[in-house]
Amino acid sequence: MIGVGNPTRGDDAAGLEVARRVRRVEAHQEANGSYELMDVWEGADEVIVVDAARSGAPPGTVHRFDAHHEPLPSGILATSTHSVGVMETIEMARRLGRLPERIMVYGIEVSTLAPGVGLSDQVERAVKELVMEIDRA
Amino acid sequence: MPMSVEREIAVDYLARVEGEGAMYLKLKGDEVLDLRFKIFEPPRFFEAFLRGRRFSEAPDITARICGICPIAYQTSACNAMESAGGVQLTGGLRALRRLIYCGEWVESHALHVYFLHAPDFLGYDNAIAMAADFPEQVQMGLRLKKIGNQIMSLIGGREIHPINIRVGGFYRVPTKKELETLVPDLEWALEAAVATTRWVSGLPFPEFERDYEFVALQHPDEYAIHEGRIVSNRGLDISVDEWGDHFEESHVSWSNALHARRKGGGAYHLGPMARYSLNFEKLTPMARKAAEEAGLGSRCNNPFRSIVVRAVEIAFACEEALRLIDGYTQPDAPSIEVEPRDVVGHGASEAPRGTLYHRYALDSGGLITEAHIVPPTSQNQLSIEDDLRAYVVGRTQLTDDQLQWQLEQAIRCYDPCISCATHFLDLTVERE
Repeated sequence: MIGVGNPTRGDDAAGLEVARRVRRVEAHQEANGSYELMDVWEGADEVIVVDAARSGAPPGTVHRFDAHHEPLPSGILATSTHSVGVMETIEMARRLGRLPERIMVYGIEVSTLAPGVGLSDQVERAVKELVMEIDRA
Repeated sequence: MPMSVEREIAVDYLARVEGEGAMYLKLKGDEVLDLRFKIFEPPRFFEAFLRGRRFSEAPDITARICGICPIAYQTSACNAMESAGGVQLTGGLRALRRLIYCGEWVESHALHVYFLHAPDFLGYDNAIAMAADFPEQVQMGLRLKKIGNQIMSLIGGREIHPINIRVGGFYRVPTKKELETLVPDLEWALEAAVATTRWVSGLPFPEFERDYEFVALQHPDEYAIHEGRIVSNRGLDISVDEWGDHFEESHVSWSNALHARRKGGGAYHLGPMARYSLNFEKLTPMARKAAEEAGLGSRCNNPFRSIVVRAVEIAFACEEALRLIDGYTQPDAPSIEVEPRDVVGHGASEAPRGTLYHRYALDSGGLITEAHIVPPTSQNQLSIEDDLRAYVVGRTQLTDDQLQWQLEQAIRCYDPCISCATHFLDLTVERE
């Protein structure tokens, strides 16, 4: 269970929050979404990645991708200010043969990325629903 | 294309550079009417908000200027404050400052060589496209970058914007045992860097050389990274605090980064080629051997070959890191006292992209009253524009697409860090 985001940039922490709250997992990881993610999921049979999304959809919208079976579209997930994002890392891993057999990627559409701690109401609701969805699966 | 046709090539957003930049070229036949390397990353006002802060805050604040080369900012800031306070790091503290900087060179150079620059020579739009055909190389680049990051994390607390560096040294110093955990990876990295040098030396390089004034730090005993005198191949040899007597900055309307030039002179060239050409004799043995095998000679004037020089510098940084770890003795205290008052401090160090100069004026309470930060990319802007102007000559028969692709490559040779420089890329070519 990998949450990607910056805890001090508002809704960018959505992925981190989901990773912290989900119970049906063996290992939690927090990451800032660079190529090093490949090392984080090395050896795992099933991987879930949750990141912030900025596609222009309404805040709180959850995007779902079965990343092993379909390429991730560009322009959905949030980009990193320091490095490459989750989308680039997954496409790099696919070419290097380092993509897990089972990898689901969730993107939660953000409302604000302004500096500060705490999620917006729409994103908080989406986080709760996604946590239940993952725990039920 | 008829000679009299005016053409304009505009790249509105340059790829594979750090930050926001553009390029504009206007041609009439073979004549360059206008050429601008534009940095439009918004101004960041770091110098302004350093005013009123304590001298001790400068390393952590300026680290935020760049996520790729924070150590450069922290080191130049520390150097300035320590020089202002009349102290100098020695022994284990000096070794750690140099060692963490080696980590940054490995991490930053591996990123540029494998992920930003190599795709240019192999005809790919990006490293992901390149990875399908060159998986071994890409994996090697990933592991090299990771090893650089490990050095930074072990000494600095984390790899991006490390938190363990302070004026006078560190908050905590590692034990020798902790540093020794890096050795097996560094031994692999040194071999990998030598293999990288061999690989990139076989890439197809355009025939293009210029007679640069190279400027870099120089040190009598070592390949300068974190301290030294500022020297050039045209006789400049000054201490860091004389920077302002020999260099000047000016604002141009098309760039948010100040243009720097030699006083009474013109453009100068900073970065791996400058360091290599000025300090070749000081390279460590394996790095020097790798350079010789790559056919580099003792200087390099072809900016496209900078990728080979960067690979040599990765080998150097790994070899130097191994030497530093081997000779390390844990210091008794993690830092030494520094209390600069009512003084101006100057500091410089060799960021992966070139010399980074800082100057701070401090009041009687140790508060910063004035800050001046001169990043390598802003200093390289004139040299980049001169390169582009020279490169176009004899190549105007190329199509706009070909010209644009090659000129973008010429810019990427500098590993420009536009976010740092702002205070950058989109290409426009206009033909008359």
